[in-house]
Amino acid sequence: MTSDGPRPPPRRRFFGAFGQRELKGLFWQVLVVGIVVAVIVFLWSNTVTNLSVRRITTGFAFLGREAGMPIADSLLAYNPRDSYLWAFVVGIANTLRVAVIGIVLATILGTVIGISRLSANWLLSRLAAVYVETLRDIPLLLQLLFWYVLMQALPAARAAWRPIEGVFLSNRGLILPAIPIGTPQLWVLGTAVLGLVVFYVIRRRLIAQQMRDGKPRPAWPFALGLLVVLPAAVSVLLGVAWTIEWPELRGFNFVGGLTLAPEYFALVIALVTYTSAFIAEIVRSGIQSVPRGQWDAANALGLRRSFMLRQIILPQALRVIVPPMTSQYLNLTKNSSLAVAIGYQDVVSIANTTLNQTGQAIEAIALIMAVFLTISLGISFFMNWYNSRIALVER
Amino acid sequence: MTAIADIPEAPRAVRRPQIGNPVLRWLRTNLFSSIPNGILSVVLLAVLAKGLFSFVQWGIANAVWVTPANDSSACRAVRGLGACWAIIPEKYRFILFGTYPFDEQWRPALAVLLFIALFYLSSRRALWRRELAYLWIGALALISMLMWGGILGLSFVSQDRWGGLPVTLILATFGLAFGFPLGILVALGRRSKLPAIRSLSVLYVELIRGVPLVSLLFMASVMFPLFMPNGFNIDKLLRAQVAIILFAGAYLAEVIRGGLQAVPRGQYEAAEALGLSYWRKNRLIVLPQAIRHVIPPLVNTFIAFFKDTSLVLIIGIFDLLTTAKTAIIDPAWQQFSVEVYIFVAVIYFVFCFAMSRYSRSLEATSGR
Repeated sequence: MTSDGPRPPPRRRFFGAFGQRELKGLFWQVLVVGIVVAVIVFLWSNTVTNLSVRRITTGFAFLGREAGMPIADSLLAYNPRDSYLWAFVVGIANTLRVAVIGIVLATILGTVIGISRLSANWLLSRLAAVYVETLRDIPLLLQLLFWYVLMQALPAARAAWRPIEGVFLSNRGLILPAIPIGTPQLWVLGTAVLGLVVFYVIRRRLIAQQMRDGKPRPAWPFALGLLVVLPAAVSVLLGVAWTIEWPELRGFNFVGGLTLAPEYFALVIALVTYTSAFIAEIVRSGIQSVPRGQWDAANALGLRRSFMLRQIILPQALRVIVPPMTSQYLNLTKNSSLAVAIGYQDVVSIANTTLNQTGQAIEAIALIMAVFLTISLGISFFMNWYNSRIALVER
Repeated sequence: MTAIADIPEAPRAVRRPQIGNPVLRWLRTNLFSSIPNGILSVVLLAVLAKGLFSFVQWGIANAVWVTPANDSSACRAVRGLGACWAIIPEKYRFILFGTYPFDEQWRPALAVLLFIALFYLSSRRALWRRELAYLWIGALALISMLMWGGILGLSFVSQDRWGGLPVTLILATFGLAFGFPLGILVALGRRSKLPAIRSLSVLYVELIRGVPLVSLLFMASVMFPLFMPNGFNIDKLLRAQVAIILFAGAYLAEVIRGGLQAVPRGQYEAAEALGLSYWRKNRLIVLPQAIRHVIPPLVNTFIAFFKDTSLVLIIGIFDLLTTAKTAIIDPAWQQFSVEVYIFVAVIYFVFCFAMSRYSRSLEATSGR
């Protein structure tokens, strides 16, 4: 305690150096910890007896056994003879496939709607407000079931809607033209990623140089060279073919192209529209938190609107936006577990099937929790790192 | 000398002369202030008109409102062209009350009204007194009596026959009524100076908030029986209720912790100087201020939580959403699930929208 703090009250010494306050604190801690430990021991011993009565062996040995469950829609190759462990990995990949795409799309849609709410156009801001109010006040699960019913009510494959050439929407899901990615294509993509890293380093050096002498140095020639010319050159040298595979209807089903199953499509739509309503509010309040004087000053300097938004308004708004945005990303990821309600096989759904097939309830639920805790920690770690980068530097 | 606040704001743009009638002027400033804005307005109006037109066609003009009991042929005739609202009068008793005995359904209906009255009274600032807590206890007891029966000549109805809106309201309200004190304790624990208590509180909050509610519900439905001594079995609804209370407690604890942080140190010091004990200090001085600070976010947490009770569908508890989903299993009416979902969405919307409006009005008047 510092010298200017309140003077500590005189202590009555019962047990030597131990004050009454410490004693009380110790008593409460021992009591609470004792209760918690007692409850855990009680539950644990019950569980052990119950498991032995039901002849369920504990442990993760079952993960090596053949899963035997079908997984309809998966990113990774899977067949029912694979192990439970692999089924879990496939489920995790499916969860991430929903979460990553969902986060990207919800951020874009939410930002557009949040900015629309601030638009000078009365109609646009009203429509955005109605969107936000409606979607926020209806349970996500209900919206999910609603979208899923709509997907099932779409026409059969033969009468599929074709909004644009090569895109089909039917009760089999959304079918898009796709470029098949094999090893040669991966080489080209790898070059592009490498180019991106090199470009990032060069750009930092250019900015550092500009900081020193004030001369602007354009970065775009490097971007063009590293991100467009270099991958294109590699593509030509290796003779990689970038053929688009057009889906077509053969018999009763589609062949070729990329198929987004109705379950996946419904889940992504529901998560994106629902979360975007919350993100819109965060973006709006973030932009509104930038003082009017900043806009006026930027206007007075005669800056272009895009420059003003990018260099003055957004950096300040982001400080307010990023922390609540992190919780929305976490919510979206956790909410992807609702997939179990419509039969999209994410990690929760696969764990649930495993639990019913093997009776390994504790292990299956522990796995779900471990997966989500890891994802949550990963997202908050990344967002905290980003937040600390953009946070106000106080001098 | 003029204060800075007295300097008028610089005009943002040259005002156009305000002539013509007010309607045109309104249109000009709000819809057609510039050429891109005008184009946007026209496009939006066209899309809106198209959307409204097709909705009116489907939902009103071509819709079927009544059919003879248990006969969906009229609906099937307009399938795809018009809505079948006739499914609502056909199924509303099941959607609202589930499998509760038909002749006794006035009891859950009365329980719902009691809940609504309770929420309304709790929202009145003038009534935020100690008596309100007694009112809550009394009303919740009365609701339990109505739902279970078994006394005063009411026939006994076991929990597995409850369903629909009362179950949703029970899960949400009891979840709050128990989750709120739990949240207060955990929030205090998290700010406690005692390391063991602090780490337990942090562990609890982070564990519950880090995993989806679905996994907690699975835990309640599958693992809870394993945890209990042999032969001891509690009802599925009660188990889900426990999971929901634990879930609510963790989220409310974080909101309340925010409020505790906003109470100035001087208040704690003053309470200590008066010689108040830890519990009296918190009960009389700190918590009333802390909770007052966070009422709007608390209401927002209530909204999220009210919606989240619908997840019990996944473990097969007959809340409002589950009864709606079950009502359309009937083959004759299977194709009209959209109408039922809209009906249920409206019910949820009314509750949540009322709460969010209330939260908004609190924010506007906070500080008073």
